[in-house]
Amino acid sequence: MSSASLANTASSTMPEFYDDLIKKFVIAAAFWGLAGFLAGDVIAWQLAFPVLNLDLEWTTFGRLRPLHTSAVIFAFGGNILLGSSFYVVQRTCRASLFGGNGLGNFIFWGYQLFIVLAATGYLLGITQGKEYAEPEWYVDLWLTIVWVAYLVAYGGTIIRRNEPHIYVANWFYLAFILTIAVLHLGNNASVPALLFGGEMTKSYIVWAGVQDAMTQWWYGHNAVGFFLTAGFLGMMYYFVPKQAERPVYSYRLSVVHFWGLTFLYIWAGPHHLHYTALPDWLQTLGMTFSIMLWMPSWGGMINGVMTLSGAWHKLRTDPVLRFMVASVGFYGMSTFEGPLMSIKAVNSLSHYTDWTIGHVHAGALGWNALISFGVLYFLVPKLWNRERLYSLRLVNTHFWISTIGIVLYISSMWVSGIMQGLMWRTYDSLGFLQYSFIETVEAMHPYYIIRATGGLLFVLGAVLMIYNLWRTARGDVRNEAPIGLDTQAAPAAE
Amino acid sequence: MQAMLERNVVLLAIATVITISIGALVQLVPLYTMETTIEKVDGMRPYSPLELAGRNIYIREGCYLCHSQMIRPFRDEVERYGHYSLAAESMYDHPFQWGSKRTGPDLARVGKKYSNSWHVAHLTNPRSVVPESIMPGYPFLAKHPLAASKIAGDLRTLRVVGVPYTDDQIENAQADLQAQANPEMGDADAMMARYPKAGVGDYDGNPAMISEMDALVAYLQMMGTLVDTQSYQTSPDGR
Repeated sequence: MSSASLANTASSTMPEFYDDLIKKFVIAAAFWGLAGFLAGDVIAWQLAFPVLNLDLEWTTFGRLRPLHTSAVIFAFGGNILLGSSFYVVQRTCRASLFGGNGLGNFIFWGYQLFIVLAATGYLLGITQGKEYAEPEWYVDLWLTIVWVAYLVAYGGTIIRRNEPHIYVANWFYLAFILTIAVLHLGNNASVPALLFGGEMTKSYIVWAGVQDAMTQWWYGHNAVGFFLTAGFLGMMYYFVPKQAERPVYSYRLSVVHFWGLTFLYIWAGPHHLHYTALPDWLQTLGMTFSIMLWMPSWGGMINGVMTLSGAWHKLRTDPVLRFMVASVGFYGMSTFEGPLMSIKAVNSLSHYTDWTIGHVHAGALGWNALISFGVLYFLVPKLWNRERLYSLRLVNTHFWISTIGIVLYISSMWVSGIMQGLMWRTYDSLGFLQYSFIETVEAMHPYYIIRATGGLLFVLGAVLMIYNLWRTARGDVRNEAPIGLDTQAAPAAE
Repeated sequence: MQAMLERNVVLLAIATVITISIGALVQLVPLYTMETTIEKVDGMRPYSPLELAGRNIYIREGCYLCHSQMIRPFRDEVERYGHYSLAAESMYDHPFQWGSKRTGPDLARVGKKYSNSWHVAHLTNPRSVVPESIMPGYPFLAKHPLAASKIAGDLRTLRVVGVPYTDDQIENAQADLQAQANPEMGDADAMMARYPKAGVGDYDGNPAMISEMDALVAYLQMMGTLVDTQSYQTSPDGR
């Protein structure tokens, strides 16, 4: 797509877009985002100060942690993915949403019901006990129905498009929708105990032991690969060019990026099971493909960053673009770190430690959340028909407060993870293990406080964003000096 | 090729699904069909009803989020936790609970390492026995009666997904559960015959009630105790 047609999306040949629906997704994303970040910071403080578990069954780390992961991935990430995909597909296809408001509203409210059912279940102890796939069978069935409706609305809009080609962002969104459907069905195959005289809220997964482990991490790794990567790359391929007002750097690289990523990602699951009872051939295969995955990942990162060719000066004056570019930078960083950690020798140290937690958050906070913030700042003035955001200076403050929060988070987890991994394998001069397990737990304490502080900064940033978006939607404009034009801000932006 | 795919969404969708299926099929199918995936070992048996109820509490409370059940074959792990974990040891686990994080220690072989009363004290208030612990307290477990009136339904469901529970085991599920938690309430010997190496006793120290604490401690105390790892021989190819 050329830059000319990108700049022309509001021309009179456009059909009517269902933008009120997208407003709902935007509000839901902001709400669940704040809730999910808060839950994450609460459990971060619980690890530093266990008294915060309160000794109540509904507030222990074990029940709140799935609440946090599901809220940020499926509620915050899911709403921004669904909302942005409907925004993008209507505009790049020059077609109104298939199924209109009826189907759209069913998908929106159906998805929110899925979130509420899953979240309340966690607090009450209803869980399948599989990471990132905790919802029980009836919630899984409901999500399947909503997801099919989503595929129909999305695919139907592409079919009725008024553009000969399907734009690259839609390839990624489509791969995300299809692959998540396959993963969801495969990993959640279970038999409800209800059918054989057991409890209503309990089911048993049909896979067992080592096969269940492999199926779980085939799902788990590709939930990262297709929910948090392919879907968000769809966002990158539309919103970065729009905000920079430049065409995508390379069409050819987009094609290689897309097919390379979809083919290679699916093989990488076994790197979550290095040195376990999983057969060695699978571990080696998973490691090999994980390292190969570095190439399409960086190809995509280069495609995103180089889209700014000729528009780099905009970073000085546009903090929204800064969010997007920083997110792609974090994407490159965490997709370098991932293959590194998938090498068996490195993994023997990093596995089971906080290094993994730090790595996940480099991707989740740095890549997923920052690009989502950029997209929210992009969408709200457009959807509410406002000339501009309430305050760009507040966006800038949000950018720095969250970036500092991320740096505190991931650097403290690097130190604590590598330190704990090393302490576990340290021997004294007599050939005995140097540290008891609890001594390694004690050593984590300062880093858990630093991590929780970083998380708190990230939550504060989200509060600033929601305030800014709310004032924007109301139509307020803050009287402030432009960014990057005064002598003080210019060096800071470079 | 690409020119055709990006003009036809149905073809694009089919090509995408084929692309993601290749790796999935290559990795998953042989794992179910190759006999070498799971070692042949002696001693593995399905969970007793009380252990199963305890395992379901372990899952309910999200213990797997901080504790692994998978000892890797490294010198330090074997010395700290015991013999490395075998695939066979989780062959009846629906779902598996290998975990991915050790905020607390591995539990694959925690069975019989501590007394029942240590577990009860530790679960009620971890800092009463390990002052530096950051584990949440679970005082409510000893207060909640175990809701297991439908435990036979759980066994039947597990049999459907492949766990070899016998008719005898399913028929006696409720009786076995009570006998294991309180030998005076049932035929403990018959339970032991159906579930070799099962422990028996009033785990939580409160004979008046079978609590969630009873079940969870019964599960913890059997973990890693079924297979005799001393007699386990690796096959010629090293596995």
